[in-house]
Amino acid sequence: MFRNNYDGDTVTFSPTGRIFQVEYALEAIKQGSVTVGVRSKKHAVLVALKRNADELSSYQKKVIKCDEHMGLSLAGLAPDARVLSNYLRQQCNYSSLVFNRKLSLEKAGHLLSDKAQKNTQSYGGRPYGVGLLLAGYDNSGPHLLEFQPSGNTLELYGSAIGARSQGAKTYLERTLEEYLEVDDADKLIEVALEALKQSLKDETLNTKNLSIAVVGEDKPFTIYDGEAVAPYL
Amino acid sequence: MASTVASEYSNEVKNVPIEHQFNPYSDNGGTILGIAGEDFAVIAGDTRNTTDYSINSRYQPKVFDCGDNILFSANGFSADGDALVKRFQNSLKWYHFDHNDKKLSLKSAARNIQHLLYGKRFFPYYVHTIIAGLDEEGKGAVFSFDPVGSYERSQCIAGGAGASIIMPFLDNQVDFKNQYVPGSHGTERRKAQYLTVDEVIKLVRDAFTSATERHIHVGDGLEILIATKDGVRTEYFPLKRD
Amino acid sequence: MNHDPFQWGRPSDAHYGNYNKKIAEASPYPKMNTQQPIVTGTSVISMKYDNGVIIAADNLGSYGSLLRFNDIERLFPVGKNTVVGISGDISDMQHLEYLLEDIQTENNYDNQYANEEEALKPSYVFEYLSNVMYNRRSKMNPLWNAIIVAGIEDGKPFLSYVNLLGVTYSSPSLATGFGAHLALPLLRKVVDDESDVEKTSIESAKAAIIESMKVLFYRDARSSRKYSLAIVDKDEGLIFEKGLQVENMAWGFAKDIRGYGTQKV
Repeated sequence: MFRNNYDGDTVTFSPTGRIFQVEYALEAIKQGSVTVGVRSKKHAVLVALKRNADELSSYQKKVIKCDEHMGLSLAGLAPDARVLSNYLRQQCNYSSLVFNRKLSLEKAGHLLSDKAQKNTQSYGGRPYGVGLLLAGYDNSGPHLLEFQPSGNTLELYGSAIGARSQGAKTYLERTLEEYLEVDDADKLIEVALEALKQSLKDETLNTKNLSIAVVGEDKPFTIYDGEAVAPYL
Repeated sequence: MASTVASEYSNEVKNVPIEHQFNPYSDNGGTILGIAGEDFAVIAGDTRNTTDYSINSRYQPKVFDCGDNILFSANGFSADGDALVKRFQNSLKWYHFDHNDKKLSLKSAARNIQHLLYGKRFFPYYVHTIIAGLDEEGKGAVFSFDPVGSYERSQCIAGGAGASIIMPFLDNQVDFKNQYVPGSHGTERRKAQYLTVDEVIKLVRDAFTSATERHIHVGDGLEILIATKDGVRTEYFPLKRD
Repeated sequence: MNHDPFQWGRPSDAHYGNYNKKIAEASPYPKMNTQQPIVTGTSVISMKYDNGVIIAADNLGSYGSLLRFNDIERLFPVGKNTVVGISGDISDMQHLEYLLEDIQTENNYDNQYANEEEALKPSYVFEYLSNVMYNRRSKMNPLWNAIIVAGIEDGKPFLSYVNLLGVTYSSPSLATGFGAHLALPLLRKVVDDESDVEKTSIESAKAAIIESMKVLFYRDARSSRKYSLAIVDKDEGLIFEKGLQVENMAWGFAKDIRGYGTQKV
């Protein structure tokens, strides 16, 4: 049976200039549960919907801390995110040991991009099947970055990745002017949660399926899970 | 020609006289001491840093709060001391990453430090290391290490340049060594009992003012870190600067 | 049997004769590292004042007691907030100069905040240099230098020292080499304690540094009259003064000295 010949590896372009494996990797993100990130002039916030395989299993981990000033949330293949977050932890660690310096979000983004791009140019490998939202506070203030397996890393004021994330994105686009000026971290979390709700289907948020993380000046990257998210529901 | 050979193997290199060998160590003076109380522990250190007869700095802290209520100090060759502190703090950071922010117990910290030190058994960290905090029962605890990782738990210990001056004083005043019950004519030992924080701070200050008088590498300032169940607090007292 | 462990598993000399090192072009000596400095620069001196830091070093490169090079610059600006002063071996210093250029290039690459928020700070430069120094000493291959990093960080003066052993310390006044003995007592008259810094003006700090350079020129045989001085000031930024000279010396007493030189009686 004849089938598309240009999607077997990451080193062959299709005649229309596409690398299908990379595009498939982007599809893997959409299979994961949704996560939303927003950024004001003071803070950056991540919220994520956690899924459990069945009633007896635990909920997946959606937010990972990389350093005191930086962390990420993921949508897609969790094992790939573990590899990438571990890489970022090491790079943050190197920066603080050798230079007494917080790794800037911009540098972190470039490092991730370079690592992901390598996979798209060598035979036998596959792209990472995960999208990341990177939140942090460095010398130039709060930042939110979106990482894609293609090697793209974009800086954004608000973003959402994962299943039905378009709903959250539309909400964030509409309310940008309001949340950009929000000073209070809790208020910004509320914005992020409202956006997250736009991406839910039949789920309702509760203490088990919601993760929240916040970072800002004088506020190290902190994850709220379980009972700690109750006040925000 | 009889000459020193640059190898422990007599046949490897013949007759290469050693004119001068780079010495990777120096002694940066200073003294530290750790005391455990019933529900607290302290590490105190002077803030002077020296080489030979020069005072490099009058305020170079060497007692650190590493998090998880663990106090840490490594006295001797200060470059190795700083490197060891940095390595331990890093070890703690990855322990938290790998074990979901679990608190590191003091005895686990001690075992970890043994491995850091023994890992350089054949090019040792030239330091006397002391850590302090609370044990799993909430009692004050102090551990001390030799340069290659041998360690033990004790009630009180001194390290560094002034250790030999301070330690006998501590034996007498903390463990009541050589103290006997009045009237017993030296037959009944005075029973050891826990000291309060205030008593310990008094003792530490006396120990360091005395060491400052008698030892040129001790002085300038005294920094005491106190670990209790409520966290770590720091006190500073000036010492003589001569 | 030869019981020396070095001989274990080797062809025995009794059977095959001495090993001919020329065959493998093997060195008859073990690998050798720096064991002593060759061309050297003498003291670097520095101090904090209320609004910044001052650092100075002369321009001489000595080859033993020979005054070999007299236009060596030993102060290196790193970005806009940092100056690094280096004494000790000059070739090792030039290697460090290369490393400093390298971290600046690296910092300017893919960094949109390179000129402001993410510019190199003195503590970054110092941490890097102290790691280089400690790692090299741990390989028993030291860079034979003593280094002072001076600058302004987050609006406050920064001053730290590191040497060939990787020993580091900070103080409101710092000096390397001979300066630690001759100049530091003079500088400590002005800033002995961190609390003295805010009471010290740039004028009194500069006067102390200039006076110290004079004393060093008087008494340190490996010093030169010509020197450089750098100031990192919170408001004025980096001021680099090159080609300064020790002035106002009193040599009047010299004519009365007897017993040295060519005078008769």
